[in-house]
Amino acid sequence: MATLTKPNIKVKRQVISEEEATSEVAATTKQNVHKKTVYDTKDLNLWYGDTHALKDINLSIYEKEVTAIIGPSGCGKSTYLKTLNRMVELVPSVKTSGVITYKDKSILDKSFKVEDLRTKVGMVFQKPNPFPKSIYENIAYGPKIHGIRNKKILDEIVEKSLRGASIWDEVKDRLKENAYGLSGGQQQRICIARCLAIEPDVILMDEPTSALDPKSTLRVEELIQELKKDYSIVIVTHNMQQAARISDRTAFFLNGEVVEYDETDKIFTNPSDNRTEDYISGRFG
Amino acid sequence: MALDNKIDNQDKPSIQDMIAKKKNGKNLTSITEKVIPVLLFLIAAVSIFTTIGIVYTLLIETIEFFKRVPVMDFFTGTALKPLSQNPEFGVLPLINGTIISSIIAMLVAGPIGIMTAVFLSEYASERVRRTLKPMLEILAGIPTIVYGFFAFTFVTPLIREVFPSVEATNILSPGLVMGVMIIPMIASLSEDAMTSVPNAMREGALALGATKLEVTFRVVIPAALSGIIASFVLGISRAIGETMIVTIASGSSKNFTFDITQSMQTMTAYIVEVSGGEAPAGSTIYFSLYAVAMTLFVFTLLMNLLARYVSRKFREEY
Ligand SMILES: Nc1ncnc2c1ncn2[C@@H]1O[C@H](COP(=O)(O)OP(=O)(O)OP(=O)(O)O)[C@@H](O)[C@H]1O
Ligand SMILES: [Mg+2]
Repeated sequence: MATLTKPNIKVKRQVISEEEATSEVAATTKQNVHKKTVYDTKDLNLWYGDTHALKDINLSIYEKEVTAIIGPSGCGKSTYLKTLNRMVELVPSVKTSGVITYKDKSILDKSFKVEDLRTKVGMVFQKPNPFPKSIYENIAYGPKIHGIRNKKILDEIVEKSLRGASIWDEVKDRLKENAYGLSGGQQQRICIARCLAIEPDVILMDEPTSALDPKSTLRVEELIQELKKDYSIVIVTHNMQQAARISDRTAFFLNGEVVEYDETDKIFTNPSDNRTEDYISGRFG
Repeated sequence: MALDNKIDNQDKPSIQDMIAKKKNGKNLTSITEKVIPVLLFLIAAVSIFTTIGIVYTLLIETIEFFKRVPVMDFFTGTALKPLSQNPEFGVLPLINGTIISSIIAMLVAGPIGIMTAVFLSEYASERVRRTLKPMLEILAGIPTIVYGFFAFTFVTPLIREVFPSVEATNILSPGLVMGVMIIPMIASLSEDAMTSVPNAMREGALALGATKLEVTFRVVIPAALSGIIASFVLGISRAIGETMIVTIASGSSKNFTFDITQSMQTMTAYIVEVSGGEAPAGSTIYFSLYAVAMTLFVFTLLMNLLARYVSRKFREEY
């Protein structure tokens, strides 16, 4: 239903999302059995030059859920995440095979316009990376490059996004200040707000709290719980407790393969693969 | 293990012993520790005192000049006739020539330099960059007299082929060539500024659906702006101070005009011409050299101050 056109239809989208919200209630009650997927990955393989980083990945990401990706360092978590918005292509030696569909569109096709995909799929990075601009400009950047010029609309988007990332109260009096004057945790929420400003459908997060202190981490986790209502979220994390706390589904990666993918409760209480159990219990040690 | 054995070995001194030995023999070290900073200060002082000396001389001789020629005549006079029966010493023709040649040069060097920098830092593959950068450096290493010669014997005739009304000596040709000379400086400094913008920022923008062009012009260039402006200002300073090219290719008419097809003289070229033998020490012409040099100095000084102010104002911290 959400088309891949540029966001001059933003206003229309808001109306749609209200409709969605009402039908949503019905959907959650009756569709728990087979929820809608946003991403379907089929036999995905990825190589960095000769390094076979992802091997025969088959995974579905469900709508309005938090999907956690866990696994030891170097197992391909970030690589998979970056494949979902094709950021992985920034590495020139990358080759892929297999199919990823996003809402039934095959996104790995060269003909698929990557900018359209990234307009629908936001990303939050491990290290907060705001632009060296004012807080306001950081949030307005996305809408601006997609053609929104009207100052009033931009003001609204900025406020809404900052509220959405629950940082509005902290920064509302200093919107004109450089974002680099904020703490790491605040910067990360600015980056989340920047992502929300273009109202994507999916948010990809690569260890978004690993550079943050426990308190900021908690705030971001709470935020993710909030965002889940409107967005599908895929999060890579090294923190088992975090995965257990905030995610609905968990995928365990090992050496470029998906060892196990199931509901988070199942993974953490009753994993079917020994390696999953070893990894999880090792971590809890 | 092997290391442990060695250290425990009685024949060999332990590391702590060696350190203690070094510490005991530290008399010499402590002297050098004290002497070196003084020495360094003296060396640094040489350049400071030289600068002060130069400015002092300029100032004294300039004051002498203004005892003979009223300040207002100098700064508002549009006629410069140092050798005439009734000499006039208006500096405006020289300032005009300097500014016009610098503008022409920057119109060439600015856009080409920055586009080159964008290409090198954002689009070129590692291999292309590795071949192009040394070539730029070669361009930067050509002596200016060669550029001057090139302007006079190649560029001017070429321009006159197309526009026959252009004079044999004119400000356009050396201006253009000066621009070519400055390209490497702007390209290389701007490229440095752009490459040092962290990749995380490009990724942040790309992840929002920005195209490569949008990333370049709305993230990278703004983030590198202070460096880019600094390169421009250095380029302008270079153009203002450039001597050989204009001396050779623009002749020595002290016209006060905005017609770039005519010959004009810059401050630097005037200094070359006059100090080339026609100025007996103590004459007004002789002192006019200092007044012009002082003006030139103030010009470059202002440029540098402006550069600082602007680059601080536009700085995007990251
Ligand atoms: N740019 C690259 N060029 C070559 N190989 C890469 C590149 N990025 C990652 N790799 C390789 O791909 C494999 C997977 O890397 P990836 O970054 O996806 O791991 P990860 O699971 O995110 O690890 P971590 O938990 O440490 O972030 C590793 O073997 C890594 O060395
Ligand atoms: Mg990673």
